[in-house]
Amino acid sequence: MPPVVELKSVTHAYLGDREASLAVEDLNLEIRDGEFVSLVGPSGCGKTTLLSIIAGLLPPSRGEVHVNGRPVSGPSPEVGYMLQQDYLLPWRSILGNAALGLELTGRLDEAGRKKTLELLADMGLKGTEHYYPGQLSGGMRQRVALVRTLATDPGLLLLDEPFSALDYQIKLQLEDLVAETLRRRGKTAVLVTHDLSEAIAVSTRVILLERNPGRIRRVFEIPDRIANTPPLYARDQPGFAELFHELWKEMELAGKIEGTAGKIEG
Amino acid sequence: MNKAGAENTGTAASRSEWLSSRHEEFKRAKRLRKRAVFAVQGSLLVLFFAAWETAARLGWIDRLLFSYPSKVFRQIYVNMADGSLWHHLGITLGETAAGFVLGTLLGTLLAVAIWWSPFLSAVLDPYMVVFNSMPKVALGPIFIVMFGAGFTSIVVTTLSITIIVTTLVVYNSFCGVDPNLVKVVRSFGANRRQVFFKVILPSSFPAIVSTLKVNVGMSWVGVIVGEFLVAKSGLGYLIIYGFQVFNFTLVMSSLIIIAFVATAMYQLVVYIEKVLLSRR
Repeated sequence: MPPVVELKSVTHAYLGDREASLAVEDLNLEIRDGEFVSLVGPSGCGKTTLLSIIAGLLPPSRGEVHVNGRPVSGPSPEVGYMLQQDYLLPWRSILGNAALGLELTGRLDEAGRKKTLELLADMGLKGTEHYYPGQLSGGMRQRVALVRTLATDPGLLLLDEPFSALDYQIKLQLEDLVAETLRRRGKTAVLVTHDLSEAIAVSTRVILLERNPGRIRRVFEIPDRIANTPPLYARDQPGFAELFHELWKEMELAGKIEGTAGKIEG
Repeated sequence: MNKAGAENTGTAASRSEWLSSRHEEFKRAKRLRKRAVFAVQGSLLVLFFAAWETAARLGWIDRLLFSYPSKVFRQIYVNMADGSLWHHLGITLGETAAGFVLGTLLGTLLAVAIWWSPFLSAVLDPYMVVFNSMPKVALGPIFIVMFGAGFTSIVVTTLSITIIVTTLVVYNSFCGVDPNLVKVVRSFGANRRQVFFKVILPSSFPAIVSTLKVNVGMSWVGVIVGEFLVAKSGLGYLIIYGFQVFNFTLVMSSLIIIAFVATAMYQLVVYIEKVLLSRR
């Protein structure tokens, strides 16, 4: 069985009027079925770029990207993408928003509608189907966004800091919900985050990137004991604090390197 | 609830009584203010016409140039009764409505076209800037030569005023749509058509509706100027004709009718806007 995600010497350059910069350089990565991988690193290390490349939203300047063994040529229903905020369409009802993906891929039939309703109920959103996004709290809206992503039944989920805009308590609850939902459904996930303790708590593997240009600096395998515990309790597991400090130290080092190698001013 | 708490806040019943009495007071104050504003507005209007009438009758202003209200309203009444007013009003209204609807529609379509093709947008940009800065009325003679002295050139004059403004406003609102909303639908594999109809157009709907309001005013400018230039009928024609034969009563009565009808049309658009946007 091929890896779910396979990046082979992927390089991406952003070309602007004033300068050209390398966001990601010669990056190789394999993600296997059922893994939950977090990408962390100082800002400007190309985390979001990498996610956009895997999603097919951004063709890389160089290198190969495969999802489920097939080269990526554009966004596909096999891959779900979740952003920092819910970005629900304010003029659509909750059900209309949740079913957006099905509608866009031409699969919105009675069964799809029913499945979406069930998913909403699973996420504790029963009864809100005919509300509008403005009537819901931030945490509820982000759960609707999760349903929207899951409704098309993607095998791979790309999560771009989906918890960063939430209050701390809601954030912890949602981390739990997302991690458990994805584990139960056997999904593969890639999470971009700034929050190191979140990365350790939800993942099976944490990849630390460095910047200028974006490259893998170090990979942390999360011990099963922590990886298999729900995120809220994983933080209390022995070994969590040590792992956190190690990651923190490495992150500090990665942030200090002010490389200019990747930049060509002009 | 303990005893001290009960004394401080009162029972639930007395509390709601207090709250509703405060609410009544608030509503009464608001009503009074509304009435006061309305009364002053009405008095100003009556005062204006009274001053005008008095000034004309006592010879403070030239009766020939400025006419006076009782004569103006008699003129309107006579024209209404003999049916000549309806003819002119109908023509002007038709031209305004055509210019207004077509201007909004074509302007929006042009905005869609340049959104669809960024290349086209870049190419057309300087032309739009020039055409937008230009006093379009100056093109009037050219339109008359092209489309003849009549309905068509008046509507085209109106369009020249409304289209570009509509295009610029609507296109700006297309570009102002949150790119993350677009990213959401793109991540589901949406093509440009789907991006447009699922996100861009509904997002910009309020902006499009608000250009309707601007275009009502613009259309009246276009139509009246157009009628000044070419028409043989219409309210603009009545003004120009009244001016030429020194019948200022006719000029004034046309002005009053225009003020009345234009306001009614504007209010209608405001109402339509309210209905269209109420479902959001």
